[in-house]
Amino acid sequence: MKPAYDAAQPLAAPHAHAGHGVRQTMMRVQLALLPATLFGFWLYGWPAFFLWLITLAACLVFEFISLRLMGRAQIGRTLGDGSALLTGWLLALTLPPWAPWWVGVVGACIAIVVGKQVFGGLGHNVFNPAMVARVALLIAFPLPLTTWVAPLPLGSAAAPGFVEGLQITLGQLALPDAMSSATLLGHAKTELSRGLDLAQAFAGSTAPQPSWVGLRAGSLGESAAPLLLAGGLFLLATGVIRWQTPVGVLAGLAVPAAIAHALAPGHYLDAGTHLFAGALMLCAFFIATDYVTAPATGSGQLLFGLGVGLLTWVIRSLGGYPEGVAFAILLMNALTPIIDHYAKPRILGRTRSGRPIDPAPAGKET
Amino acid sequence: MSGNMTTLIRDGLWHNNVVFAQMLALCPTMAVTTSGTNGLGMGLATTAVLVVANVLVSLLRRVVSPQVRIPVFIVLIASLVTIVDMALNAWLHELYKVLGLFIALIVVNCAILGRAESFASRHPVGHAFIDGLAMGIGFTGALTLIGLIREFLGSGTLFAQASQLLGPAFAFLEMRIPGYAGALLMILPPGAFAALGFLLAGKQRLDARRAAQPDKAAVLA
Repeated sequence: MKPAYDAAQPLAAPHAHAGHGVRQTMMRVQLALLPATLFGFWLYGWPAFFLWLITLAACLVFEFISLRLMGRAQIGRTLGDGSALLTGWLLALTLPPWAPWWVGVVGACIAIVVGKQVFGGLGHNVFNPAMVARVALLIAFPLPLTTWVAPLPLGSAAAPGFVEGLQITLGQLALPDAMSSATLLGHAKTELSRGLDLAQAFAGSTAPQPSWVGLRAGSLGESAAPLLLAGGLFLLATGVIRWQTPVGVLAGLAVPAAIAHALAPGHYLDAGTHLFAGALMLCAFFIATDYVTAPATGSGQLLFGLGVGLLTWVIRSLGGYPEGVAFAILLMNALTPIIDHYAKPRILGRTRSGRPIDPAPAGKET
Repeated sequence: MSGNMTTLIRDGLWHNNVVFAQMLALCPTMAVTTSGTNGLGMGLATTAVLVVANVLVSLLRRVVSPQVRIPVFIVLIASLVTIVDMALNAWLHELYKVLGLFIALIVVNCAILGRAESFASRHPVGHAFIDGLAMGIGFTGALTLIGLIREFLGSGTLFAQASQLLGPAFAFLEMRIPGYAGALLMILPPGAFAALGFLLAGKQRLDARRAAQPDKAAVLA
Protein backbone atom coordinates (compact mmCIF):
# COMPACT_ATOMS: atom_id res chain seq x y z
CA MET A 1 0.00 0.00 0.00
CA LYS A 2 1.26 3.42 -0.91
CA PRO A 3 0.48 6.18 1.55
CA ALA A 4 -2.19 8.54 0.33
CA TYR A 5 0.26 11.37 0.35
CA ASP A 6 3.94 11.85 0.96
CA ALA A 7 4.29 12.41 4.68
CA ALA A 8 7.82 13.71 4.31
CA GLN A 9 6.64 16.85 2.59
CA PRO A 10 5.68 19.48 5.13
CA LEU A 11 2.05 20.56 4.98
CA ALA A 12 2.09 23.08 7.77
CA ALA A 13 1.30 26.69 7.14
CA PRO A 14 1.52 29.69 9.44
CA HIS A 15 -1.60 29.32 11.53
CA ALA A 16 -3.59 32.28 12.77
CA HIS A 17 -4.80 32.08 16.35
CA ALA A 18 -8.23 33.45 17.19
CA GLY A 19 -7.39 33.73 20.87
CA HIS A 20 -9.89 31.10 21.94
CA GLY A 21 -8.54 29.01 24.79
CA VAL A 22 -10.21 26.07 26.49
CA ARG A 23 -11.11 28.17 29.50
CA GLN A 24 -12.59 31.04 27.51
CA THR A 25 -14.63 28.71 25.28
CA MET A 26 -16.00 26.79 28.24
CA MET A 27 -16.91 30.02 30.03
CA ARG A 28 -18.73 31.31 26.96
CA VAL A 29 -20.76 28.13 26.65
CA GLN A 30 -21.67 28.37 30.33
CA LEU A 31 -22.65 31.99 29.88
CA ALA A 32 -24.90 30.96 27.00
CA LEU A 33 -26.46 28.25 29.16
CA LEU A 34 -27.15 30.64 32.03
CA PRO A 35 -30.54 32.04 30.93
CA ALA A 36 -32.05 28.61 30.30
CA THR A 37 -30.60 27.33 33.58
CA LEU A 38 -32.02 30.24 35.57
CA PHE A 39 -35.37 29.64 33.89
CA GLY A 40 -35.13 26.00 34.99
CA PHE A 41 -34.44 27.07 38.59
CA TRP A 42 -37.43 29.37 38.49
CA LEU A 43 -39.70 26.81 36.88
CA TYR A 44 -38.86 23.84 39.10
CA GLY A 45 -37.84 25.63 42.28
CA TRP A 46 -35.12 24.99 44.87
CA PRO A 47 -34.68 21.22 44.30
CA ALA A 48 -33.51 21.95 40.77
CA PHE A 49 -30.93 24.43 42.06
CA PHE A 50 -29.60 22.00 44.68
CA LEU A 51 -29.34 19.17 42.15
CA TRP A 52 -27.44 21.44 39.77
CA LEU A 53 -25.09 22.54 42.53
CA ILE A 54 -24.43 18.98 43.70
CA THR A 55 -23.78 17.71 40.17
CA LEU A 56 -21.28 20.47 39.42
CA ALA A 57 -19.47 20.04 42.73
CA ALA A 58 -19.34 16.27 42.29
CA CYS A 59 -17.86 16.66 38.79
CA LEU A 60 -15.07 18.85 40.14
CA VAL A 61 -14.38 16.40 42.98
CA PHE A 62 -14.21 13.40 40.64
CA GLU A 63 -12.03 15.32 38.19
CA PHE A 64 -9.67 16.15 41.06
CA ILE A 65 -9.57 12.53 42.26
CA SER A 66 -8.95 11.20 38.73
CA LEU A 67 -6.17 13.68 38.06
CA ARG A 68 -4.53 12.85 41.39
CA LEU A 69 -4.73 9.10 40.75
CA MET A 70 -3.22 9.51 37.29
CA GLY A 71 -0.43 11.66 38.69
CA ARG A 72 -1.13 14.62 36.45
CA ALA A 73 0.76 17.87 36.91
CA GLN A 74 -1.04 21.21 37.20
CA ILE A 75 -4.21 19.78 38.64
CA GLY A 76 -5.47 23.19 39.66
CA ARG A 77 -5.10 24.52 36.15
CA THR A 78 -6.96 21.58 34.61
CA LEU A 79 -9.73 21.91 37.17
CA GLY A 80 -9.97 25.61 36.40
CA ASP A 81 -10.32 25.18 32.64
CA GLY A 82 -14.04 24.75 33.11
CA SER A 83 -14.40 21.52 31.15
CA ALA A 84 -15.45 19.43 34.15
CA LEU A 85 -17.75 22.24 35.22
CA LEU A 86 -19.39 22.32 31.79
CA THR A 87 -19.80 18.55 31.71
CA GLY A 88 -21.50 18.70 35.09
CA TRP A 89 -23.64 21.62 34.01
CA LEU A 90 -24.84 19.86 30.85
CA LEU A 91 -25.50 16.67 32.79
CA ALA A 92 -27.51 18.53 35.42
CA LEU A 93 -29.60 20.18 32.73
CA THR A 94 -30.61 16.78 31.37
CA LEU A 95 -31.65 15.31 34.75
CA PRO A 96 -35.18 15.33 36.15
CA PRO A 97 -35.21 18.49 38.30
CA TRP A 98 -36.32 16.82 41.50
CA ALA A 99 -34.02 13.81 41.26
CA PRO A 100 -32.31 12.87 44.55
CA TRP A 101 -28.74 14.00 45.21
CA TRP A 102 -27.12 10.64 44.54
CA VAL A 103 -28.32 10.69 40.94
CA GLY A 104 -26.17 13.78 40.42
CA VAL A 105 -23.18 12.28 42.23
CA VAL A 106 -23.30 8.90 40.46
CA GLY A 107 -23.85 10.69 37.16
CA ALA A 108 -20.85 12.93 37.79
CA CYS A 109 -18.71 9.89 38.59
CA ILE A 110 -19.76 8.14 35.37
CA ALA A 111 -19.33 11.27 33.28
CA ILE A 112 -15.91 12.29 34.57
CA VAL A 113 -14.29 8.94 35.41
CA VAL A 114 -15.81 6.54 32.86
CA GLY A 115 -16.77 9.04 30.18
CA LYS A 116 -13.70 11.23 30.18
CA GLN A 117 -10.66 10.49 32.33
CA VAL A 118 -10.47 6.78 31.51
CA PHE A 119 -9.79 7.81 27.93
CA GLY A 120 -7.08 10.26 29.01
CA GLY A 121 -8.95 13.43 29.83
CA LEU A 122 -10.23 16.38 27.86
CA GLY A 123 -9.78 15.92 24.13
CA HIS A 124 -9.34 12.14 24.25
CA ASN A 125 -12.83 10.93 25.05
CA VAL A 126 -14.74 9.16 22.30
CA PHE A 127 -18.22 9.81 23.68
CA ASN A 128 -19.76 12.93 25.10
CA PRO A 129 -19.24 12.48 28.88
CA ALA A 130 -22.50 14.14 29.91
CA MET A 131 -24.49 11.93 27.54
CA VAL A 132 -22.65 8.77 28.64
CA ALA A 133 -23.69 9.58 32.19
CA ARG A 134 -27.25 10.44 31.19
CA VAL A 135 -27.75 7.15 29.35
CA ALA A 136 -26.01 5.09 32.04
CA LEU A 137 -28.22 6.67 34.70
CA LEU A 138 -31.35 6.08 32.66
CA ILE A 139 -30.53 2.40 32.22
CA ALA A 140 -29.28 1.89 35.77
CA PHE A 141 -32.02 3.77 37.64
CA PRO A 142 -35.10 3.90 35.41
CA LEU A 143 -37.49 5.07 38.11
CA PRO A 144 -35.87 8.29 39.45
CA LEU A 145 -34.78 9.20 35.92
CA THR A 146 -38.32 9.16 34.56
CA THR A 147 -40.07 10.85 37.47
CA TRP A 148 -41.06 14.28 36.24
CA VAL A 149 -42.71 17.08 38.15
CA ALA A 150 -45.27 19.57 37.00
CA PRO A 151 -43.82 23.08 36.78
CA LEU A 152 -44.22 24.86 40.13
CA PRO A 153 -42.56 28.23 39.60
CA LEU A 154 -40.78 29.83 42.54
CA GLY A 155 -43.14 32.12 44.39
CA SER A 156 -46.25 30.11 43.56
CA ALA A 157 -48.13 28.71 46.55
CA ALA A 158 -47.39 25.03 45.95
CA ALA A 159 -43.68 25.49 45.24
CA PRO A 160 -41.38 23.91 47.85
CA GLY A 161 -39.48 26.35 50.03
CA PHE A 162 -35.73 26.41 50.61
CA VAL A 163 -35.70 23.78 53.37
CA GLU A 164 -38.33 21.63 51.68
CA GLY A 165 -36.34 21.82 48.45
CA LEU A 166 -33.23 20.65 50.26
CA GLN A 167 -35.19 17.76 51.77
CA ILE A 168 -36.47 16.75 48.33
CA THR A 169 -32.97 16.73 46.87
CA LEU A 170 -31.62 14.79 49.84
CA GLY A 171 -34.39 12.24 49.41
CA GLN A 172 -35.95 12.93 52.81
CA LEU A 173 -39.28 14.00 51.38
CA ALA A 174 -41.33 11.74 49.16
CA LEU A 175 -42.59 13.27 45.96
CA PRO A 176 -46.34 13.89 46.25
CA ASP A 177 -48.30 12.20 43.50
CA ALA A 178 -50.11 15.41 42.66
CA MET A 179 -46.81 17.00 41.60
CA SER A 180 -45.67 14.20 39.33
CA SER A 181 -46.39 14.72 35.68
CA ALA A 182 -45.66 13.27 32.28
CA THR A 183 -43.51 14.94 29.67
CA LEU A 184 -45.18 15.67 26.39
CA LEU A 185 -43.16 13.07 24.52
CA GLY A 186 -43.67 10.51 27.27
CA HIS A 187 -47.41 11.13 27.29
CA ALA A 188 -47.60 10.76 23.52
CA LYS A 189 -45.66 7.49 23.66
CA THR A 190 -47.83 6.07 26.45
CA GLU A 191 -51.08 6.96 24.76
CA LEU A 192 -49.95 5.65 21.37
CA SER A 193 -48.96 2.36 22.97
CA ARG A 194 -52.46 2.16 24.44
CA GLY A 195 -53.85 2.28 20.92
CA LEU A 196 -55.10 5.86 21.00
CA ASP A 197 -54.15 8.28 18.27
CA LEU A 198 -52.59 11.64 18.97
CA ALA A 199 -55.78 13.67 18.59
CA GLN A 200 -57.37 11.64 21.39
CA ALA A 201 -54.15 11.65 23.43
CA PHE A 202 -54.02 15.42 23.67
CA ALA A 203 -57.76 15.99 23.93
CA GLY A 204 -58.04 15.62 27.71
CA SER A 205 -57.60 18.57 30.05
CA THR A 206 -54.85 16.81 32.00
CA ALA A 207 -52.76 16.06 28.92
CA PRO A 208 -49.51 18.02 28.71
CA GLN A 209 -49.81 20.74 26.12
CA PRO A 210 -47.00 21.96 23.90
CA SER A 211 -45.54 25.11 25.39
CA TRP A 212 -43.31 27.30 23.26
CA VAL A 213 -41.98 29.26 26.20
CA GLY A 214 -41.18 26.09 28.15
CA LEU A 215 -43.80 25.93 30.91
CA ARG A 216 -43.83 22.15 30.91
CA ALA A 217 -42.58 19.08 32.69
CA GLY A 218 -39.18 17.89 31.63
CA SER A 219 -35.49 17.86 32.45
CA LEU A 220 -34.01 20.71 34.44
CA GLY A 221 -32.70 22.78 31.57
CA GLU A 222 -34.41 21.50 28.45
CA SER A 223 -37.74 23.31 28.78
CA ALA A 224 -36.86 26.83 27.78
CA ALA A 225 -36.38 26.23 24.07
CA PRO A 226 -36.38 29.96 23.16
CA LEU A 227 -33.71 30.74 25.77
CA LEU A 228 -31.60 27.80 24.59
CA LEU A 229 -32.03 29.02 21.03
CA ALA A 230 -30.90 32.49 22.11
CA GLY A 231 -27.89 31.01 23.88
CA GLY A 232 -27.07 28.99 20.78
CA LEU A 233 -27.28 32.06 18.58
CA PHE A 234 -24.92 33.84 20.99
CA LEU A 235 -22.44 30.98 20.61
CA LEU A 236 -22.82 31.18 16.81
CA ALA A 237 -22.26 34.94 16.87
CA THR A 238 -19.14 34.65 19.02
CA GLY A 239 -17.75 31.89 16.82
CA VAL A 240 -17.69 29.22 19.54
CA ILE A 241 -19.80 26.90 17.39
CA ARG A 242 -20.48 26.78 13.68
CA TRP A 243 -23.84 26.62 11.96
CA GLN A 244 -23.43 23.16 10.42
CA THR A 245 -24.15 21.02 13.49
CA PRO A 246 -27.27 22.82 14.81
CA VAL A 247 -28.74 23.21 11.34
CA GLY A 248 -28.04 19.55 10.67
CA VAL A 249 -29.71 18.43 13.90
CA LEU A 250 -32.77 20.63 13.43
CA ALA A 251 -33.19 19.65 9.77
CA GLY A 252 -32.46 15.98 10.43
CA LEU A 253 -35.35 15.91 12.89
CA ALA A 254 -37.76 18.36 11.26
CA VAL A 255 -37.76 16.89 7.75
CA PRO A 256 -38.69 13.29 8.60
CA ALA A 257 -41.07 14.54 11.30
CA ALA A 258 -42.88 16.80 8.83
CA ILE A 259 -43.12 14.06 6.21
CA ALA A 260 -44.40 11.47 8.69
CA HIS A 261 -46.87 13.92 10.21
CA ALA A 262 -48.24 14.78 6.78
CA LEU A 263 -48.71 11.09 5.99
CA ALA A 264 -50.16 9.96 9.34
CA PRO A 265 -51.03 12.86 11.61
CA GLY A 266 -52.64 10.53 14.13
CA HIS A 267 -49.43 8.67 14.79
CA TYR A 268 -46.59 11.13 14.38
CA LEU A 269 -46.13 14.43 16.18
CA ASP A 270 -45.62 17.46 13.98
CA ALA A 271 -42.20 18.93 13.36
CA GLY A 272 -42.78 22.01 15.54
CA THR A 273 -43.65 19.94 18.57
CA HIS A 274 -40.65 17.71 17.96
CA LEU A 275 -38.32 20.69 17.74
CA PHE A 276 -39.55 22.38 20.90
CA ALA A 277 -40.23 19.27 23.00
CA GLY A 278 -37.64 17.23 24.82
CA ALA A 279 -34.01 18.22 24.86
CA LEU A 280 -33.62 18.89 21.16
CA MET A 281 -32.62 22.57 21.36
CA LEU A 282 -30.16 21.85 24.15
CA CYS A 283 -28.74 19.01 22.10
CA ALA A 284 -28.53 20.91 18.80
CA PHE A 285 -26.62 23.91 20.14
CA PHE A 286 -24.79 22.72 23.23
CA ILE A 287 -24.24 18.96 23.18
CA ALA A 288 -23.87 17.94 19.54
CA THR A 289 -21.43 20.83 19.06
CA ASP A 290 -18.88 19.36 21.49
CA TYR A 291 -15.47 19.87 19.86
CA VAL A 292 -14.04 16.60 21.10
CA THR A 293 -16.67 14.08 20.07
CA ALA A 294 -18.02 15.65 16.86
CA PRO A 295 -16.35 15.77 13.45
CA ALA A 296 -13.86 18.54 12.81
CA THR A 297 -14.87 19.72 9.34
CA GLY A 298 -17.95 21.62 8.24
CA SER A 299 -19.29 18.92 5.92
CA GLY A 300 -18.63 16.32 8.58
CA GLN A 301 -20.50 18.36 11.18
CA LEU A 302 -23.46 18.74 8.86
CA LEU A 303 -23.56 14.99 8.32
CA PHE A 304 -23.15 14.39 12.05
CA GLY A 305 -25.98 16.80 12.83
CA LEU A 306 -28.30 15.22 10.28
CA GLY A 307 -27.55 11.81 11.76
CA VAL A 308 -28.30 13.00 15.28
CA GLY A 309 -31.57 14.60 14.21
CA LEU A 310 -32.69 11.61 12.18
CA LEU A 311 -31.81 9.09 14.91
CA THR A 312 -33.60 11.24 17.47
CA TRP A 313 -36.73 11.18 15.36
CA VAL A 314 -36.43 7.44 14.77
CA ILE A 315 -36.00 6.68 18.48
CA ARG A 316 -38.77 9.07 19.53
CA SER A 317 -41.25 7.81 16.95
CA LEU A 318 -40.43 4.14 16.57
CA GLY A 319 -38.32 3.20 19.60
CA GLY A 320 -39.20 2.21 23.13
CA TYR A 321 -38.00 5.40 24.83
CA PRO A 322 -39.97 8.63 24.49
CA GLU A 323 -36.79 10.72 24.15
CA GLY A 324 -33.78 9.68 22.09
CA VAL A 325 -31.45 12.66 22.01
CA ALA A 326 -28.80 11.14 24.28
CA PHE A 327 -28.80 7.81 22.44
CA ALA A 328 -28.61 9.59 19.08
CA ILE A 329 -25.61 11.64 20.22
CA LEU A 330 -23.76 8.57 21.48
CA LEU A 331 -24.47 6.59 18.31
CA MET A 332 -23.21 9.41 16.14
CA ASN A 333 -20.18 9.89 18.44
CA ALA A 334 -19.27 6.32 17.56
CA LEU A 335 -19.43 7.21 13.85
CA THR A 336 -17.37 10.39 14.23
CA PRO A 337 -14.01 8.81 13.32
CA ILE A 338 -15.51 7.42 10.09
CA ILE A 339 -17.13 10.74 9.25
CA ASP A 340 -13.84 12.50 9.92
CA HIS A 341 -12.09 10.06 7.62
CA TYR A 342 -14.40 10.72 4.67
CA ALA A 343 -15.19 14.39 5.26
CA LYS A 344 -11.63 15.60 4.93
CA PRO A 345 -11.15 18.94 3.23
CA ARG A 346 -8.92 19.00 0.17
CA ILE A 347 -5.39 20.08 1.04
CA LEU A 348 -4.32 23.20 -0.83
CA GLY A 349 -2.28 22.26 -3.87
CA ARG A 350 -3.32 18.61 -3.71
CA THR A 351 -6.12 16.59 -5.23
CA ARG A 352 -8.84 14.96 -3.11
CA SER A 353 -6.85 11.75 -3.02
CA GLY A 354 -3.85 13.65 -1.68
CA ARG A 355 -1.57 13.67 -4.72
CA PRO A 356 0.26 16.92 -5.38
CA ILE A 357 -1.29 18.82 -8.30
CA ASP A 358 1.25 18.95 -11.09
CA PRO A 359 2.03 22.58 -11.75
CA ALA A 360 2.87 21.75 -15.39
CA PRO A 361 -0.18 21.84 -17.68
CA ALA A 362 -1.48 18.36 -18.29
CA GLY A 363 -1.24 16.66 -21.67
CA LYS A 364 1.90 18.43 -22.82
CA GLU A 365 5.16 16.72 -23.56
CA THR A 366 8.12 18.36 -21.92
CA MET B 1 11.67 -28.02 43.12
CA SER B 2 9.45 -26.49 45.78
CA GLY B 3 10.47 -23.02 44.63
CA ASN B 4 9.31 -24.02 41.17
CA MET B 5 5.92 -25.07 42.55
CA THR B 6 5.59 -21.81 44.47
CA THR B 7 6.22 -19.91 41.25
CA LEU B 8 3.53 -21.98 39.52
CA ILE B 9 1.02 -21.20 42.25
CA ARG B 10 1.92 -17.52 42.34
CA ASP B 11 1.65 -17.29 38.55
CA GLY B 12 -1.75 -18.92 38.49
CA LEU B 13 -3.17 -16.83 41.28
CA TRP B 14 -1.75 -13.45 40.42
CA HIS B 15 1.10 -12.78 38.00
CA ASN B 16 -0.27 -14.86 35.15
CA ASN B 17 -3.93 -14.93 36.19
CA VAL B 18 -6.17 -16.26 33.42
CA VAL B 19 -8.46 -13.24 33.46
CA PHE B 20 -6.41 -10.40 34.89
CA ALA B 21 -3.10 -11.09 33.14
CA GLN B 22 -3.64 -13.48 30.22
CA MET B 23 -7.02 -11.92 29.37
CA LEU B 24 -8.25 -15.33 28.26
CA ALA B 25 -11.70 -16.87 28.75
CA LEU B 26 -13.32 -13.46 28.72
CA CYS B 27 -16.53 -14.82 27.22
CA PRO B 28 -17.63 -16.73 30.34
CA THR B 29 -16.10 -14.00 32.48
CA MET B 30 -18.39 -11.41 30.94
CA ALA B 31 -21.45 -13.57 30.56
CA VAL B 32 -21.94 -15.47 33.81
CA THR B 33 -20.62 -13.04 36.42
CA THR B 34 -23.97 -11.46 37.18
CA SER B 35 -23.63 -12.69 40.76
CA GLY B 36 -20.92 -14.00 43.04
CA THR B 37 -22.53 -17.43 43.19
CA ASN B 38 -22.65 -17.77 39.41
CA GLY B 39 -19.03 -16.71 39.14
CA LEU B 40 -17.99 -19.18 41.82
CA GLY B 41 -19.95 -22.03 40.22
CA MET B 42 -18.53 -21.37 36.77
CA GLY B 43 -15.04 -21.03 38.20
CA LEU B 44 -15.25 -24.31 40.10
CA ALA B 45 -16.61 -26.18 37.05
CA THR B 46 -13.79 -24.78 34.92
CA THR B 47 -11.22 -25.61 37.59
CA ALA B 48 -12.37 -29.24 37.68
CA VAL B 49 -12.03 -29.53 33.92
CA LEU B 50 -8.73 -27.67 33.89
CA VAL B 51 -7.05 -29.85 36.53
CA VAL B 52 -8.10 -33.18 34.98
CA ALA B 53 -7.36 -31.98 31.46
CA ASN B 54 -3.89 -30.86 32.50
CA VAL B 55 -3.13 -34.18 34.16
CA LEU B 56 -4.40 -36.26 31.20
CA VAL B 57 -2.59 -34.13 28.63
CA SER B 58 0.60 -34.39 30.64
CA LEU B 59 0.27 -38.17 30.89
CA LEU B 60 -0.29 -38.47 27.15
CA ARG B 61 2.37 -35.97 26.16
CA ARG B 62 4.82 -38.66 24.91
CA VAL B 63 2.10 -40.73 23.25
CA VAL B 64 0.44 -38.05 21.15
CA SER B 65 2.32 -36.89 18.09
CA PRO B 66 2.58 -33.14 17.57
CA GLN B 67 0.54 -33.31 14.37
CA VAL B 68 -2.65 -34.56 16.02
CA ARG B 69 -2.22 -33.00 19.46
CA ILE B 70 -4.90 -30.31 19.10
CA PRO B 71 -7.75 -32.71 18.14
CA VAL B 72 -6.68 -35.05 20.93
CA PHE B 73 -6.72 -32.22 23.47
CA ILE B 74 -10.13 -31.14 22.29
CA VAL B 75 -11.55 -34.66 22.56
CA LEU B 76 -10.14 -34.99 26.07
CA ILE B 77 -11.52 -31.62 27.16
CA ALA B 78 -14.88 -32.25 25.51
CA SER B 79 -15.27 -35.58 27.33
CA LEU B 80 -14.45 -33.95 30.66
CA VAL B 81 -16.83 -31.06 30.03
CA THR B 82 -19.61 -33.48 29.17
CA ILE B 83 -19.05 -35.24 32.49
CA VAL B 84 -19.11 -31.95 34.40
CA ASP B 85 -22.16 -30.82 32.45
CA MET B 86 -24.11 -33.97 33.30
CA ALA B 87 -22.96 -33.94 36.91
CA LEU B 88 -24.10 -30.34 37.38
CA ASN B 89 -27.39 -31.08 35.69
CA ALA B 90 -27.95 -33.99 38.06
CA TRP B 91 -26.84 -32.53 41.38
CA LEU B 92 -26.87 -28.72 41.03
CA HIS B 93 -29.79 -28.28 38.73
CA GLU B 94 -30.60 -24.67 39.76
CA LEU B 95 -27.07 -23.53 39.04
CA TYR B 96 -27.09 -25.56 35.84
CA LYS B 97 -30.13 -23.64 34.64
CA VAL B 98 -28.24 -20.37 35.12
CA LEU B 99 -24.91 -21.48 33.71
CA GLY B 100 -26.46 -23.86 31.18
CA LEU B 101 -24.91 -22.99 27.86
CA PHE B 102 -21.66 -21.76 29.34
CA ILE B 103 -20.85 -25.09 30.93
CA ALA B 104 -20.89 -26.72 27.48
CA LEU B 105 -18.81 -23.85 26.19
CA ILE B 106 -15.98 -24.71 28.60
CA VAL B 107 -14.91 -26.98 25.72
CA VAL B 108 -13.81 -23.97 23.74
CA ASN B 109 -12.57 -22.05 26.76
CA CYS B 110 -9.23 -20.89 25.44
CA ALA B 111 -7.70 -20.92 28.91
CA ILE B 112 -7.97 -24.71 29.13
CA LEU B 113 -6.63 -25.43 25.66
CA GLY B 114 -4.02 -22.77 26.31
CA ARG B 115 -2.74 -24.47 29.47
CA ALA B 116 -2.82 -27.88 27.76
CA GLU B 117 -0.85 -26.62 24.79
CA SER B 118 1.61 -24.29 26.48
CA PHE B 119 2.14 -26.04 29.81
CA ALA B 120 0.76 -29.50 30.39
CA SER B 121 2.05 -31.00 27.12
CA ARG B 122 5.60 -29.98 28.09
CA HIS B 123 5.75 -30.71 31.81
CA PRO B 124 5.50 -33.72 34.13
CA VAL B 125 2.23 -34.70 35.74
CA GLY B 126 2.87 -33.13 39.14
CA HIS B 127 3.66 -29.75 37.68
CA ALA B 128 0.71 -29.93 35.33
CA PHE B 129 -1.61 -30.75 38.22
CA ILE B 130 -0.39 -27.83 40.33
CA ASP B 131 -0.54 -25.50 37.34
CA GLY B 132 -4.10 -26.52 36.53
CA LEU B 133 -5.16 -26.11 40.13
CA ALA B 134 -3.51 -22.70 40.54
CA MET B 135 -4.83 -21.40 37.23
CA GLY B 136 -8.29 -22.72 38.05
CA ILE B 137 -8.35 -21.15 41.50
CA GLY B 138 -7.06 -17.90 40.04
CA PHE B 139 -9.85 -18.02 37.44
CA THR B 140 -12.44 -18.87 40.09
CA GLY B 141 -11.23 -16.01 42.26
CA ALA B 142 -11.40 -13.56 39.38
CA LEU B 143 -14.92 -14.64 38.37
CA THR B 144 -16.16 -14.57 41.94
CA LEU B 145 -14.68 -11.12 42.53
CA ILE B 146 -16.21 -9.67 39.36
CA GLY B 147 -19.49 -11.40 40.16
CA LEU B 148 -19.53 -10.03 43.71
CA ILE B 149 -18.81 -6.48 42.57
CA ARG B 150 -21.51 -6.61 39.90
CA GLU B 151 -24.00 -8.26 42.25
CA PHE B 152 -23.30 -5.75 45.02
CA LEU B 153 -23.68 -2.71 42.79
CA GLY B 154 -26.31 -4.14 40.51
CA SER B 155 -28.82 -5.79 42.80
CA GLY B 156 -27.66 -4.97 46.29
CA THR B 157 -26.99 -8.55 47.38
CA LEU B 158 -23.93 -10.69 48.05
CA PHE B 159 -23.73 -14.41 47.28
CA ALA B 160 -27.46 -14.67 46.61
CA GLN B 161 -28.52 -18.34 46.37
CA ALA B 162 -25.12 -19.50 47.60
CA SER B 163 -26.83 -22.24 49.60
CA GLN B 164 -28.08 -23.81 46.38
CA LEU B 165 -24.52 -24.15 45.14
CA LEU B 166 -22.65 -24.97 48.34
CA GLY B 167 -25.34 -26.52 50.48
CA PRO B 168 -27.57 -25.11 53.24
CA ALA B 169 -24.57 -24.68 55.56
CA PHE B 170 -23.43 -21.75 53.48
CA ALA B 171 -26.66 -19.79 53.72
CA PHE B 172 -24.87 -17.35 56.07
CA LEU B 173 -22.98 -16.00 53.05
CA GLU B 174 -26.14 -14.60 51.55
CA MET B 175 -26.44 -10.93 52.29
CA ARG B 176 -28.74 -8.16 51.22
CA ILE B 177 -28.05 -4.46 51.49
CA PRO B 178 -31.18 -2.94 53.01
CA GLY B 179 -32.79 -0.07 51.16
CA TYR B 180 -30.67 -0.38 48.02
CA ALA B 181 -32.49 -1.34 44.86
CA GLY B 182 -29.35 -1.63 42.76
CA ALA B 183 -28.12 -0.11 39.52
CA LEU B 184 -29.46 -2.30 36.75
CA LEU B 185 -26.57 -1.28 34.49
CA MET B 186 -24.06 -3.36 36.46
CA ILE B 187 -26.03 -6.55 35.82
CA LEU B 188 -26.17 -5.77 32.09
CA PRO B 189 -23.13 -6.43 29.84
CA PRO B 190 -21.67 -2.89 30.18
CA GLY B 191 -21.34 -3.52 33.90
CA ALA B 192 -19.11 -6.53 33.23
CA PHE B 193 -16.79 -4.52 31.02
CA ALA B 194 -16.66 -1.64 33.48
CA ALA B 195 -15.97 -3.91 36.46
CA LEU B 196 -13.25 -5.83 34.62
CA GLY B 197 -11.70 -2.61 33.35
CA PHE B 198 -11.43 -1.04 36.77
CA LEU B 199 -10.11 -4.27 38.31
CA LEU B 200 -7.43 -4.47 35.60
CA ALA B 201 -6.48 -0.86 36.24
CA GLY B 202 -6.25 -1.63 39.94
CA LYS B 203 -4.01 -4.66 39.33
CA GLN B 204 -1.75 -2.66 37.03
CA ARG B 205 -1.41 0.00 39.67
CA LEU B 206 -0.62 -2.51 42.41
CA ASP B 207 2.00 -4.19 40.22
CA ALA B 208 3.51 -0.86 39.22
CA ARG B 209 3.73 0.22 42.84
CA ARG B 210 5.31 -3.09 43.80
CA ALA B 211 7.83 -2.81 40.98
CA ALA B 212 8.72 0.68 42.16
CA GLN B 213 9.83 -0.75 45.52
CA PRO B 214 12.62 -3.16 44.55
CA ASP B 215 13.44 -4.44 48.04
CA LYS B 216 9.86 -5.42 48.72
CA ALA B 217 9.51 -6.96 45.27
CA ALA B 218 12.57 -9.11 45.94
CA VAL B 219 11.03 -10.42 49.14
CA LEU B 220 7.79 -11.30 47.43
CA ALA B 221 9.19 -12.79 44.26
